[in-house]
Order: sequence, then structure tokens, then C-alpha cells
Amino acid sequence: MTDAVPALSLAGVNVAYDGYRALADVSLNVAAGEAFGLVGESGSGKSTLLRAIAGLAPVTAGTLRVEGETLTGQRRGRAFHARVQMVFQDPYGSLHPRHTIDRQLLEPLAIHGVDATSPRILRALDEVGLGAGFRFRYPHQLSGGQRQRVAIARALILEPAILLLDEPTSALDASVQAEVLNLLEQVRAERGLTYVLVSHDLGVVTHMCDRLAVMHGGRIVEELPADDLVAGRIGTDYTRKLMVASAGFRRGSDGHGHADE
Amino acid sequence: MTPMLTVEDLAISFATRTGRFEAVRGVSFTLGRERLGIVGESGSGKSLTGRAIMGLTPPSADVTARRLAFDGIDLLTAPPAQRRALRGARLSMVLQDPKYSLDPVMSIGRQIVETLRTHERVSRREARERALDMLAAVQIENPARVFDLYPHEVSGGMGQRAMIAMMLIANPELLIADEPTSALDVTVQLEVLGILDRLVTDRGMGLIFISHDLRLVSSFCDRVLVMYAGRVVEEIAAAELAHARHPYTRGLLACVPVPGHDRHPLPVLDRRPEWRL
Repeated sequence: MTDAVPALSLAGVNVAYDGYRALADVSLNVAAGEAFGLVGESGSGKSTLLRAIAGLAPVTAGTLRVEGETLTGQRRGRAFHARVQMVFQDPYGSLHPRHTIDRQLLEPLAIHGVDATSPRILRALDEVGLGAGFRFRYPHQLSGGQRQRVAIARALILEPAILLLDEPTSALDASVQAEVLNLLEQVRAERGLTYVLVSHDLGVVTHMCDRLAVMHGGRIVEELPADDLVAGRIGTDYTRKLMVASAGFRRGSDGHGHADE
Repeated sequence: MTPMLTVEDLAISFATRTGRFEAVRGVSFTLGRERLGIVGESGSGKSLTGRAIMGLTPPSADVTARRLAFDGIDLLTAPPAQRRALRGARLSMVLQDPKYSLDPVMSIGRQIVETLRTHERVSRREARERALDMLAAVQIENPARVFDLYPHEVSGGMGQRAMIAMMLIANPELLIADEPTSALDVTVQLEVLGILDRLVTDRGMGLIFISHDLRLVSSFCDRVLVMYAGRVVEEIAAAELAHARHPYTRGLLACVPVPGHDRHPLPVLDRRPEWRL
């Protein structure tokens, strides 16, 4: 697409768990500053793809490059984590229940030997719309939306260039989802971040992303601009099926989506 | 026509260290043989309302109502034995996640048969046949195979169908479905909803469909109650949803990203303190 070095580049990536192929020959380029979406059903490999990049899944073949540098093995060094951070689906599971918000945010800074931690923590909290009053609270004292803001703050505090977002709003109420999506868009605009966003919700993906890939059975079945998906310029039956399913329930359709209203 | 279910001024509260927490405050509605949706965010009291009708609120909950009656039976004064007899036989509930609501150490068939034999005197053979028929009715292709499987051996969509089969086997008059498809993939969601819809229609059951998804509920139900902070803030015919009056309902509709509607940033809810009153 571009002459510049892509932020993220995958070529022929395979992931296998005990012989089960969770990802099969996935190739993908994400340009710097782009918001790229991954959609598909559960088990389609979309989360596995993110986890492979983050070094959380066993890559058996293929090459992964971040900003032109090839990643080897499953270990990711500090330099990688300073560039790439991940936000997980469940803010209840991804924050340490017995650490204060301050300590959750301090940890990445301590690991990377960053000085002047206090102002950075305050700035990170402020950036995600949580005041200093949240600093010494525990996760159980926060709502789901607030916890996800903390998770985003923790991902941003090292000022990465690439954010991997694994269903960042699917555990949240619709109204809270809108707030978190707005926050993510605003942060991206301010910092020129690259996003790879996984979601089963086509509404969320087309709202947030410029381009997206549809995954099914560990493969990318189609890659297309978000505008094409919205306009129905779709190349494969599977994508069409997803599109119909996400439009909602229609009586008498038997779930196959042929409206007879 | 007298309604099947009458709920008048239902209140549910919990004692906490900092005083009473009122989770549901003065909810009233009646239900005939129709599909009623209850929509709200987490913490709005929608699930507790459903559980109070079933008699499944936690022991620490204090449930009061001017009237809570099913088919003339006062549920609040009914003895536990009578409520147990109602539950599963005439009132049934489908929960969100089959992973947690099915017994993990009992085969699917045995769980369905157990439900049936708890409420009806039928022979083993007949119970098995009816369970197989019911599995077929929820569009499970090979009922005999699924009958012997354990919950961990089936997918989420299959598990939820088995759950629905179990809840419908005793032919209840009222089904309460609490987020029945939220744990499922979008494509599977529609299949399960289609099955639920047809069974409810064919059997003439009353349905209370509890969900956080206003659009989904309105496409599925005849009437929708919108709950906020323990109260019903708006009751509206599903077809009239576009003309919702309460700002909370309108806000809920507006904040969902829809393909083809470019709105940056998304409108967010401006939660007003007076909504809580």
C-alpha cells in the first residue's frame, strides 16, 4: 500500500497448539498511523493473531515484523514493549485485584526504568478521563468502564506507537462503550498511534477502523476498506453472512437473515 | 382478561455497611401471553426483577411488593414448596452463559430428563423420548449423540440450545430469558433467537426478555421496559422505539456505533441526577 515501512507486517504466520492450527498462513500489513480491524467469530483466530504479535502464542512458522524489525522466538524484549502495548477484553481479569491503580501504572515504568513516575501517572490518569482521586483506589472500587480506562492508561503510559486492542469494549455497557471508543479515537488522533482492533461487532470496527480483515477458521478470508463493508462491496459469502448477522434479529428469518417483514 | 403475571411496586434492597442499597425501586408491570423486553445497563435492576419473579434472589435480598402474583398465586406469601413446584414447571428461566448454568458433571440428556421427572410423573423411556424430541425442537441435528454429551463437550451455541430445551421441556407458561445470547457469537445468536422466538410463539408462552441491548430487544419483543437505577423510566411499544421520549432511552439508542453512520465522536449519555429520582 505504501512505500514507508509498515508498522506491523506478518508473512505466512502459523500458530499451532498441539497440532491444532489456530492461525494458518496469515499475511498482513498495517501501515503506521492506521487503524486496522479484525473481525470474525470466536475461534476464528483474531485474538490469536494479536497474541502472536505480543509473544503470547506459539508461532510455528512465518515472520513477524514491527516497524521493520523481525521478531524472533516467543520472547519479546523491553524495546518491543515500549513500542507495542495490548489492551485486553476483560478489565476485571487484566488488573491485579490487590494492587492500587497507582501500583498498576507504576509497574511498567519501573520495569523500563523511567524516572519522575508520579507526574507521568497523574498525566496518564488525566488523559483517560480519570482524576487524581482514582490513583490510590483498588480495581474493585471502580466500575467496568473505569477499569478499562485504567487498562488503557497502563498501555499508554510507556508512550507506545502501536496498540493491540482485543475486544476492548465488549464487556462494557453500550453507553460506556461509546465513552471508551471516543477516548481511544481521541488518543489516537493526539498521538498518531497505530491500532489493531479485534472485535466481533462490525459496528465498532467500522466506526474505529480504516481497513479490516475478516477471519474464519484461522485464515484471513477477506481484507477490505471499512467503507466497502458499509457499502456492501463484499467479496465473500462469509463476510456477507457476518454482515447480515450483525444487522440484528428479524422475525421469521430463522436466523438466516432473509427479511420478510 | 386477567394478566398472567402482575408486578406492582416491586422493591428489592440489600443491607450494606453504609445503609440500605435499593437495587429495584417500585417496578410495576403486567404480562399476558406476550413478549416483554426489559432493558437497562448493568446495575439497573433488570436481572434482579427477573429473579424475584422466579424466587431466586439471594437470601440477603429484601423483596417487597404491593402485589407479585402469577396466575392468581401470590408469590411473596407462597410457601417454598409451592414456589419450587412452580419453578421449572410453569415458570422457567434461561440464563446468560451455558458454561455456568449447566451442571458440568451430568450429561445433557440426564439434566433434561431430571427436569422433566421432577415435575411430571413419566416413565424413564418416555422422559428420554421427550428429551430427544425437545433437543430436536431446538434444532440440534443429532439429538441422540448430544443427549450423552457433557456440557464441556459442546459449543456455546449448542449448550444454550440444550439449556433452552431443558427450560421448555415441562411446557412452562412463562419463560424469563436473562441475556440468553450475550455469551454467543453474532451468527449463532440469531439462530438461538430464532429458535426461542418460534417456540414461544408456537406454544403461546409469555416471555420476559432481559438484555442490555436495546435494539436486539426491540426487534424481538412487543413491548419494552427501560430500567435505570432500579426504576422503569419508560415503557414503550417496540415498534415505537424511534419515538422514545425519555432522554435515557434516546441516549442508549444513539450511543451504539452502526455501520454506515459516521459519527465522531459518538454521542455519550449525559447522566442526569433527576433520572434517579
